[in-house]
Amino acid sequence: MAHAHDSSSERPAILDKVRPAELPRSPLILNNRGFHWITDKVCGIVEEETPLWWKIMFGVALFVASFTFIGLGYLVATGTGTWGLRSPVGWGWAIVNFVFWVGIGHAGTLISAILCLLRQKWRTSINRAAEAMTIFAVCCAGLFPLFHVGRVWFGWWLLPLPNQNGIWPQFRSPLEWDVFAVSTYFTVSTLFWYMGMIPDLGVIRDRATTWWRKAFYSLLAMGWRGGNRQWSNFEMAYLLLAGLSTPLVLSVHTIVSFDFAVSNVPGWHTTIFPPYFVAGAIFSGFAMVLTLMLPLRAIYRLHDVINQYHIDNMCKIILATGTMVGYAYATEFFIAAYSGNAFEKFAFVNRAFGQYAWAYWIMVSCNVITPQLFWFKKVRENHSLVWIICLFVNVGMWFERFVITVTSLANDYLPSSWGYYSPTIVDIFTFFGTFGFFSVLFLLFIRFLPLLPMAELKMVAPQADPHAH
Amino acid sequence: MNERNERIHGVACTFRKVSDVFHAAEKVRDAGWKNWDVHTPFPIHGMDQAMGLPRSPVPRLTLLGGVTGFITGCLLTWYMNSYDYPLIVGGKPYWSVIFPFPVIYECTILLAAFGTFFGQFIFNRLPRHNHPLFDLPNFARISDDTFMIVLEARDPHFHLDESRNFLQSLGGQEITVIRD
Repeated sequence: MAHAHDSSSERPAILDKVRPAELPRSPLILNNRGFHWITDKVCGIVEEETPLWWKIMFGVALFVASFTFIGLGYLVATGTGTWGLRSPVGWGWAIVNFVFWVGIGHAGTLISAILCLLRQKWRTSINRAAEAMTIFAVCCAGLFPLFHVGRVWFGWWLLPLPNQNGIWPQFRSPLEWDVFAVSTYFTVSTLFWYMGMIPDLGVIRDRATTWWRKAFYSLLAMGWRGGNRQWSNFEMAYLLLAGLSTPLVLSVHTIVSFDFAVSNVPGWHTTIFPPYFVAGAIFSGFAMVLTLMLPLRAIYRLHDVINQYHIDNMCKIILATGTMVGYAYATEFFIAAYSGNAFEKFAFVNRAFGQYAWAYWIMVSCNVITPQLFWFKKVRENHSLVWIICLFVNVGMWFERFVITVTSLANDYLPSSWGYYSPTIVDIFTFFGTFGFFSVLFLLFIRFLPLLPMAELKMVAPQADPHAH
Repeated sequence: MNERNERIHGVACTFRKVSDVFHAAEKVRDAGWKNWDVHTPFPIHGMDQAMGLPRSPVPRLTLLGGVTGFITGCLLTWYMNSYDYPLIVGGKPYWSVIFPFPVIYECTILLAAFGTFFGQFIFNRLPRHNHPLFDLPNFARISDDTFMIVLEARDPHFHLDESRNFLQSLGGQEITVIRD
């Protein structure tokens, strides 16, 4: 290059002639919507009169949630035996449900934190709802291990607090690591969610017309004024919380997988568990985000801010993580065969062809085969189909945890102690009710808090560029 | 001048376009103002430079929180499992940095997050519910779609009429005097 020009510091003449092509970038907000439209749209959801569908859904959700509380009440009154836990399967649906719900939560943090660090601007319209989903999913998850301890009134012994026995938690146990991981995760996610919401709560406060509304949102908005000196600290804190949440979310599901991987049960004792669990968590969480956001988008007519580009991206992440999960299933089989360990080999053959083969094949078809449909643009554009596929993914990921937990325990080293685990009606009711519990919390969120982050949506609008004229 | 400004918080003017408020902010910065702010419904990219703001001090409290969390995690696990009630589990050492590392790690993140969260409130002087700006009749529009520059009376450059004219020369609309 240098010899063609007199001096290398001189700008090559050719650069003036060729113009770099404008790369087409999908617009994040369609129909050229302005700032005021965004404010009206998002605040309108909170300010309108409570819609009929919300009242009906809330009633249904409360009814379903009562199943969990009746189930848990019965458990506390009777004992954990009502959960179908007996030798050799001492970890049944409770652990399955715990891992299922925690996993769901992870997509929220992925969207809010990891995509923020990666400067993925499309995250803006879905991050608030996804973070809310995280927090509510962790609430559901936390119920199971808490009540699994049996005497729930001693649950606080898990915390490093002095108790009447004069003993402390045992920090060599992955279950104790879980206590720290999940409670930190819940706390940090809540801080992140709330802090991100403060400017938007300020908007609702400024528009409030009744005194109680003004008082409620003033209290939550903490006196936010939107000065750039405040924004400067806010943006820095937001970025730092994103940076802290990223290693946190990876560690949480890693530690959840340690509950299994640190034991020496065949089928659990594998080093692939942490990345495999994290990929699975993101996979199921994105499916849940779409399951929630597609109906909301239709109800509140959010098509301009959650457009096909957003849905495409989420479908592609589901496709990618679903394929990773499928790859992990294959790797587990390969390593079992390659290990030369008879118990390990048996554990995997037993998974696919043993007494729980039905669960294994539900898992494979839902998690590995179904998401492959997202290769096709036609499928991604058919939102009813996307929604149904996401339901399949949710079902498949629940079965993944079931397969991992139950097959390994039911058939371990000693054939004489093998058994067949089935849940009881209390198990089924308690789990079924958590969907109601989750829905109650999510419906309250939709009704009273800003569903979409207004400030962040305005930031990605083309009018927000200070150098545009 | 002092008698006149006694009960005045400052002067505000609004802008409708991001580029207008951005360039106006650069001019206020170049005029040497120290006590002033730009109120916007969302953070404008590059506004910190346009206002000449230093880097936010929030990371200092994040670091402080993180270091405190790490030390707390180490002390907690050491005191409980090795000093106050030593437990022999699997013939392993009473304490090492390895086995309780997940606990130490989570404590580090937890306290770093608290440092960040409360750091934001401390450096932003929040919560504060009684600011004179809340009495502005058009304040609701500032969180919606309008931008506002506020020149505060405590700045040595402040003089009611001159500051008003200055804001007018920047292209600001709806110039209002904010009273304390």
